[in-house]
Amino acid sequence: MGLDQRPLSTLHEKVSYDVADFDVPTGREEEWRFTPLRRLRGLHNGTAEAHGKVIVEAEAAPGVRVETVGRDDARLGKAYVPADRVSAQAWASFTEATVVTVPKETEAAEPTVLRLRGEDSATAAYGHTTVVLEPFARATVVLAHRGSATYADNVEFVVGDGAFLSVISLQDWADDSVHVSHQHARLGRDARFVSHNVTLGGDLVRVSPSVAYDAPGGDAELYGVYFADGGQHLEHRLLVDHSTPHCRSRVDYRGALQDEDAHAVWIGDVIIRVEAEGTDTYELNRNLVLTDGTRVDSVPNLEILTGEVVGAGHASTSGRLDDEHLFYLQARGISRDEARRMVVRGFLGQLVDSIEVPEVRVKVQEAIEAELDR
Amino acid sequence: MTTLEIRDLHVSVGDGADGTKEILRGVDLTVRAGETHAIMGPNGSGKSTLAYAIAGHPKYTVTSGSVTLDGEDVLEMSVDERARAGLFLAMQYPVEVPGVSVSNFLRTAVTAVRGEAPKLRDFAKEMKGAMDALAIDPAFAQRSLNEGFSGGEKKRHEILQLEMLKPKIAVLDETDSGLDVDALKVVSEGVNRFGSTGDTGVLLITHYTRILRYVKPDFVHVFAGGRVVAQGGPELADELENEGYEKYVKAGASS
Repeated sequence: MGLDQRPLSTLHEKVSYDVADFDVPTGREEEWRFTPLRRLRGLHNGTAEAHGKVIVEAEAAPGVRVETVGRDDARLGKAYVPADRVSAQAWASFTEATVVTVPKETEAAEPTVLRLRGEDSATAAYGHTTVVLEPFARATVVLAHRGSATYADNVEFVVGDGAFLSVISLQDWADDSVHVSHQHARLGRDARFVSHNVTLGGDLVRVSPSVAYDAPGGDAELYGVYFADGGQHLEHRLLVDHSTPHCRSRVDYRGALQDEDAHAVWIGDVIIRVEAEGTDTYELNRNLVLTDGTRVDSVPNLEILTGEVVGAGHASTSGRLDDEHLFYLQARGISRDEARRMVVRGFLGQLVDSIEVPEVRVKVQEAIEAELDR
Repeated sequence: MTTLEIRDLHVSVGDGADGTKEILRGVDLTVRAGETHAIMGPNGSGKSTLAYAIAGHPKYTVTSGSVTLDGEDVLEMSVDERARAGLFLAMQYPVEVPGVSVSNFLRTAVTAVRGEAPKLRDFAKEMKGAMDALAIDPAFAQRSLNEGFSGGEKKRHEILQLEMLKPKIAVLDETDSGLDVDALKVVSEGVNRFGSTGDTGVLLITHYTRILRYVKPDFVHVFAGGRVVAQGGPELADELENEGYEKYVKAGASS
């Protein structure tokens, strides 16, 4: 394809605050074809009744402001315009939003934790979260999702010039939960953004992290760990849109799957636009299949519209737990079960170890051990 | 005194659908503590199959015969039980295990084989000493097991495991292949340290006689066509060095 043609990513060209601008998905669309729509409980077609509740509790670090605001707050929706119908539905339907502000040059010493707890999955709940780091601020924000919910939400991360935001989003829902989430980060000049998505619990979880750069020097690292059990659908759809020069992105998502009808989907879209010279990007997805009956869909898409890049690459591997690994460890006296645990821990551990908040890291490690106990 | 006894061992590969293939066709071999045995043979003679069958690799099916360690039926044991019973296989191609550090792996293995976790300090000291003896950079302790290791580094780590796990019988599957002379000497010294206690037996599988200059075998067995076709002392290795395997290949094929 020549550079004078339109990019392939028309997929991400359409954005709107208005639900009516998006057709009801049928499941044949590229962006919906992996998602079992009937399990979305009407979040995608307007039939979901919105009587559900997801309660937000905040633990703000010193110097960080957390507010609960109404729909009309001017700070909401500044960084992000919904990119699909469920996202637009969430934007149209939420009643209260959470705004986290880290003032200019404030370096938060502790993480700010937002605990989102679903009380009932029978009807839908909608949410909105906006996190703003003013220039040269530094902060860590944890989003901890628990409980039972049918929940759609949008999360905006506005990372100002020279600011550094680390986000850990933990999807540890009860088995009956459905969660469809968009997490959009917008990076200022020399801004740095590190995100960890850890998705373990829920019937269907579909998280779409995206990154846009407003100015040169932006640096985004997107990490993800997931563990899909029998019947679970865990989907991560990443989009990194390099539209300004000299920005960097790294994507590394790893997941394990076990038991009948465990389904993991990973979509990694990276666009390097004509003007984004000096881009440095690499995206990676790896899946470890522990039993029969699971399904992995892993689709990396890298679209490069300029040749002037520092680096651009992607890789995707999905493989079974290797008998040779198990044999090797067993041949050193280690039991088969312990060997299996070591291999899985090793596979996911490199990403888990990079979670900088010790309490969260330990919690994730324990949750993975619990998955392995099943 | 430790004895590994292999009697009339027949081993096949393949699940049967596309036909199983018999690779070992009646192997008899006895390795006692204090002895070093070399098994030599051309490619495809079944040397490695013997090693993997002793260790219990799932790809190989024992169709008849027996393997016992001090009278215990090895073939009834799982892979890890065999290791805990005192068998060790140094692999020709050690696999890479991402995210599992050398030290974590060694400590888990040592704990499993000894039946109790060593004290962290004692273990660290022991590991450091063993690594020093094999000229392994201490930084390897924190690296993922075998990941990005050169061929020689992998083999040194196999011997490191051997020295730390202290089995009764060690089977070394072409541990000498792909090593330069310096690495070969270091690895051989490790094998000799292990074998010098008198309580342990070594079964050294090799294609080449080169390692036998550094590790002196008490017995040499020539393998061809899935069986031992000749046995002797160290002088047999010299003969192979000079004359090659040719006459044994014919003997193996015709039997």
